[in-house]
Amino acid sequence: MTESMTTQDPRGGVEIRTAIAQPPPPPDPDAEPVFRARNLGVKYGDKPAVHKVTADFSRNQITALIGPSGCGKSTLIRCFNRMNDLIPGATILGEVLYHGENLYGPDVDAVEVRRRVGMVFQKPNPFPKSIYDNIAFGLKVNGIKDNVDHRVETALKGAVLWDEVKTDLKKSALALSGGQQQRLCIARALAVEPDVILMDEPASALDPVATAGIEELMQGLKEEYTILIVTHNMQQAARCSDMTAFLTVEVNEKTGDRTGILVEYAPTATIFTVPKDPRTEAYITGRFG
Amino acid sequence: MNLEAISPAAPPLGHKIASSRLWRDRIFRSILLLSIAVALLTLFTLLIDTFLEGRPRLNGALLENMPSGRPARAGLQSAIFGSLWLVGITSLVSLPLGVGTAIFLEEYAPKNSRYIRLIELNIQNMAGVPSVVFGILGLAFIARGPLSWGFTVRTGAMVLTILVLPLVIIASREAIRAVPPSIRDGSLALGATQWQTIWRQVLPAAVPGIATGSILSASRALGESAPLLLLGALSFVTFNPTSLDSGYTVLPLLIFKYASDAKAEFHVVAAAAIIVLLVVLLAMNATAILVRNRFQKRL
Amino acid sequence: MASESLAPSGQLLRQRRIELIVRSSLSVVGLVSVVVTIAIVASLLLPTLEFFSEISIAEFFTSKVWAPLFNPPRFGVLPLVTGTFLVMSVAVILAVPCGLGAAFYLSEYASPRLRKVVKPVLEVLAGIPTVVLGFFALNFVNPQVVQKFWPIGDVGTFSALSAGLVVGVAILPLMASLAEDAMSAVPNSLRDGALALGATRREVCTGVIFPAALSGIVAAVVLAFSRAIGETTIALMAAGSNPRFTLNPGNGVQTMASFIGFAGIGDQPTGSTGYKTIFAVGSLLFIITFLLNILSIRVVRRFREAYE
Repeated sequence: MTESMTTQDPRGGVEIRTAIAQPPPPPDPDAEPVFRARNLGVKYGDKPAVHKVTADFSRNQITALIGPSGCGKSTLIRCFNRMNDLIPGATILGEVLYHGENLYGPDVDAVEVRRRVGMVFQKPNPFPKSIYDNIAFGLKVNGIKDNVDHRVETALKGAVLWDEVKTDLKKSALALSGGQQQRLCIARALAVEPDVILMDEPASALDPVATAGIEELMQGLKEEYTILIVTHNMQQAARCSDMTAFLTVEVNEKTGDRTGILVEYAPTATIFTVPKDPRTEAYITGRFG
Repeated sequence: MNLEAISPAAPPLGHKIASSRLWRDRIFRSILLLSIAVALLTLFTLLIDTFLEGRPRLNGALLENMPSGRPARAGLQSAIFGSLWLVGITSLVSLPLGVGTAIFLEEYAPKNSRYIRLIELNIQNMAGVPSVVFGILGLAFIARGPLSWGFTVRTGAMVLTILVLPLVIIASREAIRAVPPSIRDGSLALGATQWQTIWRQVLPAAVPGIATGSILSASRALGESAPLLLLGALSFVTFNPTSLDSGYTVLPLLIFKYASDAKAEFHVVAAAAIIVLLVVLLAMNATAILVRNRFQKRL
Repeated sequence: MASESLAPSGQLLRQRRIELIVRSSLSVVGLVSVVVTIAIVASLLLPTLEFFSEISIAEFFTSKVWAPLFNPPRFGVLPLVTGTFLVMSVAVILAVPCGLGAAFYLSEYASPRLRKVVKPVLEVLAGIPTVVLGFFALNFVNPQVVQKFWPIGDVGTFSALSAGLVVGVAILPLMASLAEDAMSAVPNSLRDGALALGATRREVCTGVIFPAALSGIVAAVVLAFSRAIGETTIALMAAGSNPRFTLNPGNGVQTMASFIGFAGIGDQPTGSTGYKTIFAVGSLLFIITFLLNILSIRVVRRFREAYE
């Protein structure tokens, strides 16, 4: 896909493939939207955290959500797997359609949503169990009892972790390095065969070598899954994503409330070369945020 | 600006603070150490005095014999078995009740409800009620009154369960609260229900803390005397309990009986019985602390 | 790949049913503690009311003779109250200063090595059953300490002083640990600030830590009072069963709690006046300790709010 050069990590062992700066190919305009958000907003009590986001997120694409801190990127992404439901006092406004169905419909069980929309968190959160049991957990709670060993292996291969851990799957997950733990969390999410994977700054707690591993993994996953990634790292967004959404903070002068709004949403190449909105341009050129 | 007018002449750096001030400090520190010494001294005096007094009677016969009117033949067997029965049943019943209440309060109950605050206040209050009041409750409602179970193992276990329940609840709540929210989030994000998350992630992670709490409450139950005084456990019992409806006695009350006896020879038996009780309690508490320390390393 | 429709799977429906059952059962379990409290109050209330229908309240609260099981019975509760007061005072006079002192030392002075020794010792002390302490009071403290050193009057087998001293030792660990918790909650920035001004350790303790931790310390003291008042076995074994109206701790006395224990051993027939006295005195004891506990919880809550 992208042209790359291979370097040897001076600390030994890992080969890093660094993508040479080339704009990613334009995303397929006929791709089917997985999520359609219409005026999507989130309120914590009275305070609006995210305001009226309207966007379509298409299948088999990586969409990056970028923007300064506090602009509601994480809050927004949590709408798509209904994790905001767990926060007392949080209200969801507007509408989200998932393959045409209302994600927040009265007959929809949030737990079912989370089976189809997986999530990887900012700080790796492996369960205090063995590597095998971490992956098997998702299968167990979803009632998948057949071929567990095979599924665990597939998930670990999909997260490019299999070769590193295959000799001892009973080892505690907490004994893995940060990068390995995060890949384990990704494998865990893959095991339940979701449709979409949400990633909330998955590499921000990791060192550059581990980060590169995650980014490469994402490119591979794109072929089967749809990925939404929140990132603080603009270069990461520019490197890895097909579409980019830029959000920023609007401060209400009267109340002092800080609300996130969607400023611009376009193919990555466009956002980073010819952004339409001056705020986008200011952010990506580093003049603020 | 005349600097000397602003700051009064400060003594040169090598000057020591006023000796009276220093002495007051030293006296203060000594008083504090004395306070600790009081506690240490009392504990050691108690242990040594009891050990010296009871040692002559520490032998297998002590554990094998039943209580007797003759000091030379008096033993502890019925009390040991009575305690085993009572503490065993109490733990068996209080554990699911206590952990269940803790799960309910931590995971399911709405946090701002006044009704829930009332329950929490209630539990805290119960932890502070004098233990003898639980004996009164048992006498009025359980041994006699509506349940009328009489002075049996069943009654004693129920009263002890009620007494110990707040401790189990409080310890279990803390253990559950200590499980990091990131684990819960990770589980829910995979499509688990709340109960699946609790049963498969939160509880297993909280087990060491819950275990510590239950061992400590069992040792509390083992040492209790006041409530059982009102429930007929002081009677002269020379048999081991055979069912929930048996009469019984427990080790603390047998100690009480021997210690209060006019014959001085019985005091020796009491001291020996105390050694037995303390050894068991020490073993239980040491186990609880061991479990707690291993737990702190894991998370 | 999971199906794209959002309809819940059969597996999820089953889990939801389980969840509902679990949730309802647990909320019932949560009610147990409420039921128990109501039961305690109810168990005390009725017989107490019956008692006071037969015995005049005036006599109960003013007469200085307590002889409910005698013929003719006398029902003045004052001797029990003074007995409780004596034992409680001795206990608190011992436990509060020593507990505070131990807490100050552990919190502000002790090296980690000393803490590792002293804290387990306090925990062990806290875990000693009251019957063992009662034996110690009767067998050792009374003959070796009280009888030898108490100057006022003759000291017999039983004394309020021996019971009080040992009850004090029993509640000392509680006092120390609660006070220490209160002191640890004081932010280090306060200590550093005082030390930077040139204060000595003692001045930091008395001038900064003590006022800052005051609410927690007060709560601990109130709880110590409550525990001392409610202590049954030690009082029964060491202070005796003679409800003597006296203010000399060298005498044997009977406390409210030890009377209840004493009467309970005697197996009063249900409905007899003797039976009802257990409840009358029990109500008095419960009310006193209940009020003290509520006070302590309230103080602690105000204390927590200051730092959160």
